[in-house]
Amino acid sequence: MSDNNILIEVKNLCKYYNGDKIKALDGVDIDIRSGEVVVIIGPSGSGKSTFLRSLNLLELPTSGHIIFDGVDICDKKVNINLHRQKMGMVFQHFNLFPHKTVLDNMTIAPIKLLKTPKDKAVEEAMELLERVGLADRAENYPSQLSGGQKQRVAIVRALCMKPEVMLFDEPTSALDPEMVGEVLDVMKNLASEGMTMVVVTHEMGFAREVGSRVVFMDGGKIIEQGTPSDIFDNPQSPRLKEFLSKVL
Amino acid sequence: MSSVSAWFNGLWTDITLWFDGFSDDFYTVFIKKDRYEQMLTGLENTLIITLGALLIGVVIGIVVAAIRSSYDKNKESLKQHGGIGCFILSFLNFICKIYLTVIRGTPVVVQLMIAYFLIFVSVKDGVPVGIFAFGINSGAYVAEIFRGGIMSVDNGQFEAGRSLGFNYVQTMWYIVIPQTFKAVLPTLCNEFIALLKETSVAGYVGVMELTKAGNSIAGVTYNYFLPLLTVAAVYLVIVMILSWLVSRLERRLRVSER
Repeated sequence: MSDNNILIEVKNLCKYYNGDKIKALDGVDIDIRSGEVVVIIGPSGSGKSTFLRSLNLLELPTSGHIIFDGVDICDKKVNINLHRQKMGMVFQHFNLFPHKTVLDNMTIAPIKLLKTPKDKAVEEAMELLERVGLADRAENYPSQLSGGQKQRVAIVRALCMKPEVMLFDEPTSALDPEMVGEVLDVMKNLASEGMTMVVVTHEMGFAREVGSRVVFMDGGKIIEQGTPSDIFDNPQSPRLKEFLSKVL
Repeated sequence: MSSVSAWFNGLWTDITLWFDGFSDDFYTVFIKKDRYEQMLTGLENTLIITLGALLIGVVIGIVVAAIRSSYDKNKESLKQHGGIGCFILSFLNFICKIYLTVIRGTPVVVQLMIAYFLIFVSVKDGVPVGIFAFGINSGAYVAEIFRGGIMSVDNGQFEAGRSLGFNYVQTMWYIVIPQTFKAVLPTLCNEFIALLKETSVAGYVGVMELTKAGNSIAGVTYNYFLPLLTVAAVYLVIVMILSWLVSRLERRLRVSER
């Protein structure tokens, strides 16, 4: 693959708390290419969520660089809001806006930020809802949806901004087991359509099946990365072996 | 039989006597020398001070709550970015903290008298001074109510807004603040009720408000029963109307909770 395919280039990313006593991220380097599905796994406290959240600067890195679309978004002069519009994010706890209907949840950002005319935004949102099978829920409020439905709405809400990359922060961890499948299916479809995705998850099945690259993090560092079969069938480092022996 | 009817007659006489006395009292307290006008002036002043103070209080409350919660939410990023913005926000936050401490730490009567006798010495009318003093006082409480409302909204809501590309102000405006109204409304209503009743101390600076009116009529007519109960009833009715309005508003805001 050539270098001009690189969508996000992370260089020596560090995040320290309490001065430098707690190192949540300790020098992370990674390139994320267009169309890739990068799945990040690791034990809790390994820094994988912190890493994902610093990709759109919800977490401010202490040092390092994140070059997205050729711009170093860690530069203080960069208007991060414009770049965040191109990075969709899906949260563990959905974070739908409870005071707005499903449709308003989806259209508020395109209408206010991209200045999309309302009827066009509604049309696009309805198309997306159709695709995830929730068109009949458009006028409902989030409190009237199940967990799986909420997360599917959260995914299409992010898609409404036509992002270049989608960040998933443990999207199925807060779901009842029988609802995990419907959310993973939406993500699988998204991946097959060529969306660039970075996914933090505990769903090893998903990582193996959908991931184009699996990254194992521990102690704020990337310990090992490779294709799903490299990681799951032929792990090298003892920490990854130990981790896999616990979760598989 | 005759003893029962005599008893009834006696009771009837008592009742008519009481009503005669009552109507005499009513005449002295309200009609004679147009004293009811004093009550009306009192009611008017009470309402003017309350509404004026309410307005000032809400404006101060919004500004102070905005500064305090912006400081709390952006502390980390400001520390990293530094610069003049960080200094200004820290300074404003410091001023707000002093304001809250002083205003909430001293009685409103004392603040009112300080405003009337020390600050606005040349102003002879107590009503504008009352509006000012009660407004400043109420602002401190409203600020903390609003800040509490903002803090009660899950941080995930804020992050979701920012992740879509909204800036800080847009996120607050479109996403966080609309959600605070529901949470804040009952407490805010409490504050308004308290404010209405607190204005009863405006008599200390010579304002003829409702309580003062009742008291002065009572002093002139030597009848405390009617004026004071009337004053109490008027406050009660205003508070009941206010609570009714707020509960209607709450019901309308609860639509998304079905």
